Amino acid sequence: MMTLKVNGREHQVDADPDTPLLYVLRDDIKLNAAKFGCGLGQCGACTVIVDGKAVLSCVTPMILLEGKQVTTLEGLGTIAEPAPIQRAFMEEQAAQCGYCIAGMMMRAQALLQRNSKPTDEQIRAELEPHLCRCGTHMRILRAVRRAARLMDTAEASPAAKGSIQ
Amino acid sequence: MTRASRIIASIVAVVLLGGAAAAFAVVWRPAIAAVEPPAPQAFDAALVKRGRELAAIGNCNNCHTAGGGRNFAGGLPVPTPFGTIFSSNITPDPETGIGRWSEAAFQRAMRSGVDREGRHLYPTFPYDHFTNVSDEDDRALYAFLMTRQPVRAPARENQLSFPFNQRLAIAGWKLLFLRHGTYQPDPKQSAEWNRGAYLVEGLAHCGACHTPRNALGAERNSAQFSGGDVDNWHAYALNDQSHAPVPWDADALFAYLRDGWHRDHGTARGPMAEVVENLSSVPSSDVRAIAVYMAGISGAPTPDRKRQDEATLEANASDKASSASQSNAAGASIYAAACASCHASGRPLPYGGINLALSTAIASPDPRNLANIVLSGVQAVEGESSPIMPGFAASMTDTQVSALLSYLRARFSNQPAWSGVDKIVQDARRARTASLLTSPAPRNVSADPQQREKP
Repeated sequence: MMTLKVNGREHQVDADPDTPLLYVLRDDIKLNAAKFGCGLGQCGACTVIVDGKAVLSCVTPMILLEGKQVTTLEGLGTIAEPAPIQRAFMEEQAAQCGYCIAGMMMRAQALLQRNSKPTDEQIRAELEPHLCRCGTHMRILRAVRRAARLMDTAEASPAAKGSIQ
Repeated sequence: MTRASRIIASIVAVVLLGGAAAAFAVVWRPAIAAVEPPAPQAFDAALVKRGRELAAIGNCNNCHTAGGGRNFAGGLPVPTPFGTIFSSNITPDPETGIGRWSEAAFQRAMRSGVDREGRHLYPTFPYDHFTNVSDEDDRALYAFLMTRQPVRAPARENQLSFPFNQRLAIAGWKLLFLRHGTYQPDPKQSAEWNRGAYLVEGLAHCGACHTPRNALGAERNSAQFSGGDVDNWHAYALNDQSHAPVPWDADALFAYLRDGWHRDHGTARGPMAEVVENLSSVPSSDVRAIAVYMAGISGAPTPDRKRQDEATLEANASDKASSASQSNAAGASIYAAACASCHASGRPLPYGGINLALSTAIASPDPRNLANIVLSGVQAVEGESSPIMPGFAASMTDTQVSALLSYLRARFSNQPAWSGVDKIVQDARRARTASLLTSPAPRNVSADPQQREKP
């Protein structure tokens, strides 16, 4: 049994130390935003935030998570009150099939938390490990820029910043 | 003054004068007259194209282009044990580049490490190798550089302490270590071998990284190709001291230099990735020649040695796995979830991971390269089928990376455990953070295939 902190809540999980975090999130805690894509850390669909950093959960064993805070897309906002990053992706209609989008949003969120005004070049470099087979790349880039503006404006209250508990 | 003391005084004066004249002869180099920058159309297109290929073999762009900077405009900080030296602008800008250099001035810089104004250049510019470059090749390189886009980029001040900040000291260094002379072919060897030797010892300057240096920063000729250091990477030994679990041969070297990876050895990383990227744009006959010559350096493996190595690799693999797991449970768990999914999957390369029992990084006496790869991963090269691996800097602490490295060493090599792994991982993370701060541009952008055939 080990304790896993996800989205501000503690979960008692019965998993081996070499179990990938993604399996525990999806199968044990039933948080399905993070997706299984390649299982090899090559597509980015499984990305979550661990202690402020974007991490590929399919190649992150549980042993690496002791004492750390995991945030999944479910931890950023709700359907009634989406976080700025989620609003931005909806407003730009950045999802087509949507399979890659949860991972894209998590890495973009981690980027915007440490750099509130990234350049286009920085956004592209940051999202480089993520694959999108539909081809909405230009909309995804616009959505990240929109999210940066939303987080920056006064209307986005600190609570709505999607900041991590 | 007595007659005797007058004689002594004049002898002393003659010796001093003679010494001064000799010192002057060693140190002083005349300026070569500035020329009007030649028009790009003054150069023959075929010569320029040849120069492009030679510049790729010489890896000129990697030192003479700063991260995020314009091509060949210089300004890259090169850390040395003596301080930081900044590369110079070799675009044909008349004020800040080499626009006013004649071909004679360019050739003198290549042969003797002296700039147009007569100043001695630091041997970070590897003229100890370039002195071997032929007149004809120098002419092509000159034509290529003088037809690049001129970029105005003033030289950055070197950060060196006394006495290394005195360019006079370089004259002394040259006296000790610079051997002039173009490459002399060995008639006993094939034309291909000689071509390879000419490139490796000259323009390609492989020894600049793969040969260890002495206290004054010169390559130790007695230890040629026995491994060196560059930019927090270890440049592996290429001679008979190589730690490659499977010995190199010319075919493997050719494939590695061409593709940047080989299933029996691993993936070109760090500065070597840049070398391979450049070699992708040169004629395969030259890459083949380099491979043939280097295979001779590393010594052709006998069939017996090959069989022996293969036998060693297969023996005790499962025993080693269980004993390594028992003594390092954390490393074993990390390996199982983070590494095995690719490296033990049997997926074909380059997308699958290489067999770690064949990895030179794990068999090498220095764990730095493995630390760098685990932290930063291997970014895919745009537009080419190339290896890919995620970096683990964000998900693992230094202690966890160390545990993983020690586990890999115990499980996949026959070598003794590394010592000081923690410190090396810390240094690797620090160097990685620093390089991310100074080079915002994406690395490993492949050579533009469109450019390969252009002058």
